[in-house]
Amino acid sequence: MSSRRDPLGLVRALPARLIPALVAAMALLAGLAIGGASGAAALAERWRGAAAALTVALPPEAAPRIADAAARIAALPGVAEARPVDPARLAELLRPWIGEQPALPLPPLIELRLRPGGHDPEALAALVAQAVPGAELERQGIVARNLRGLAVRIQALSLLVLALVGGMGAAVTLVATRATLAARREAIALIYDLGATRGDVSGRVARRLAWQAGLGALAGAVLAVPLLAALASVAAPLAGGDGALPYPALALLPPAAAAIAYVTATLSVRRTLRDAP
Amino acid sequence: MVRFDQVGFAYPAPEGSRIGATPVLAGLSFTLEAGSFTWILGPSGVGKSTVLRLMHLALRPTAGQIEILGVPVAGARPETLPRLRRRIGVVFQDYRLLPYLTAFENVALPLRLAGRPEPEIAADVAELLRWVGLADRADALPPTLSGGEQQRIAFARAVVARPDLLVADEPTGNLDAVQARRLLALLAEMNRLGTTIVVATHSEELVDYMPAPALVLQGGQARLRGEEEADEQPA
Repeated sequence: MSSRRDPLGLVRALPARLIPALVAAMALLAGLAIGGASGAAALAERWRGAAAALTVALPPEAAPRIADAAARIAALPGVAEARPVDPARLAELLRPWIGEQPALPLPPLIELRLRPGGHDPEALAALVAQAVPGAELERQGIVARNLRGLAVRIQALSLLVLALVGGMGAAVTLVATRATLAARREAIALIYDLGATRGDVSGRVARRLAWQAGLGALAGAVLAVPLLAALASVAAPLAGGDGALPYPALALLPPAAAAIAYVTATLSVRRTLRDAP
Repeated sequence: MVRFDQVGFAYPAPEGSRIGATPVLAGLSFTLEAGSFTWILGPSGVGKSTVLRLMHLALRPTAGQIEILGVPVAGARPETLPRLRRRIGVVFQDYRLLPYLTAFENVALPLRLAGRPEPEIAADVAELLRWVGLADRADALPPTLSGGEQQRIAFARAVVARPDLLVADEPTGNLDAVQARRLLALLAEMNRLGTTIVVATHSEELVDYMPAPALVLQGGQARLRGEEEADEQPA
């Protein structure tokens, strides 16, 4: 930046040089948090269907009598509904666990919906086995429900981390602004004495810090992409889909960091100049 | 016009200090007509710099009223003061040059703050640097300049925007006699063109060289050393 646009010498102010590096690190964390939240949301959505139902697997030879078995299971205490699972629906239910495996022979399944309230999976399994010999209660619904709860909590935690990183970004900007003001106190006082307005002074500082924060966040977001891509490739079999990264949210990091820096710096400078004559 | 009416000023006590505020001025009243040239005289520590700082709005009085270029400062809205400051040129006693800007950029600062176009700035700054004899040092940074050269840069910065009011605090303190007379000639020319000029100095020699009304500060107040006295000085 030429001196004609930088009479405060902000480019040379040492603290300002640290801003891009610090913001880049925070943006990287924010990017990972966004990726975590996005991935957890995808997993939670993926397991939503699986968590909604319990299933009973019948021996293959019981397939012709699946409707009768479903009626007997539906009569069990605590069971609201029992119905044979359509093979396509079955493939959908199992996809979180085995992926796309069209050649794999699948057992006949009955899907259960329980009445509201707590249920002991072991006791229910015993009742099912008693009602339909050879039938086995699959507990993946319970596991899926637990996994979905975990994913939802990971999502909330990621958003909390994101909020903390945003707060840290504001705090770092505040410290950098104060350091810049201290380093350029004489220059600020001079241009104020020469007729600069408070808005002019705060605008110069805020624009400079916002630019640096934006650049830092851009670097952090770019660095986050390969890390998230690696994580997404690992999580793809669990989450299904193509493991797309949250590019829109990552793209928002630089303008968000710049906005936080601009507002924080503006308020800080104006507060400093508040008592100037 | 510059008008001080029963102006008082006291520097606040440092934070945590047991010493109270330090009064510098009390009941100071005078009026300087538009287009006038006035010396402010008095020994060191009497308040000359404080009066100048009040004039260029770097301080607010703790008592009384000040009117600068027809604007009552006490009642002025804060957003009007920057515009008023741009009509005032200041030669600071300690120069206050920005060490990371070249001599040219330092002189150009008031024009850039006023939003003047760059070609106009380049021409005006070059002319001023020629006037103060530093055209060949335009690209030099202040730390590489002598005290006298820095003072001339500070002077050029103060006058480059052709202010309506110029206040100068010991503007020739580091200059040799030739350079001092050159700057006084520039002051006289600006005054002839209508700029109100106020110069604080403790140099009677300077005042002798350029006769003009003089306010003598003493005990926080001012008395006017008569124009008739100034008329008796050699030109």
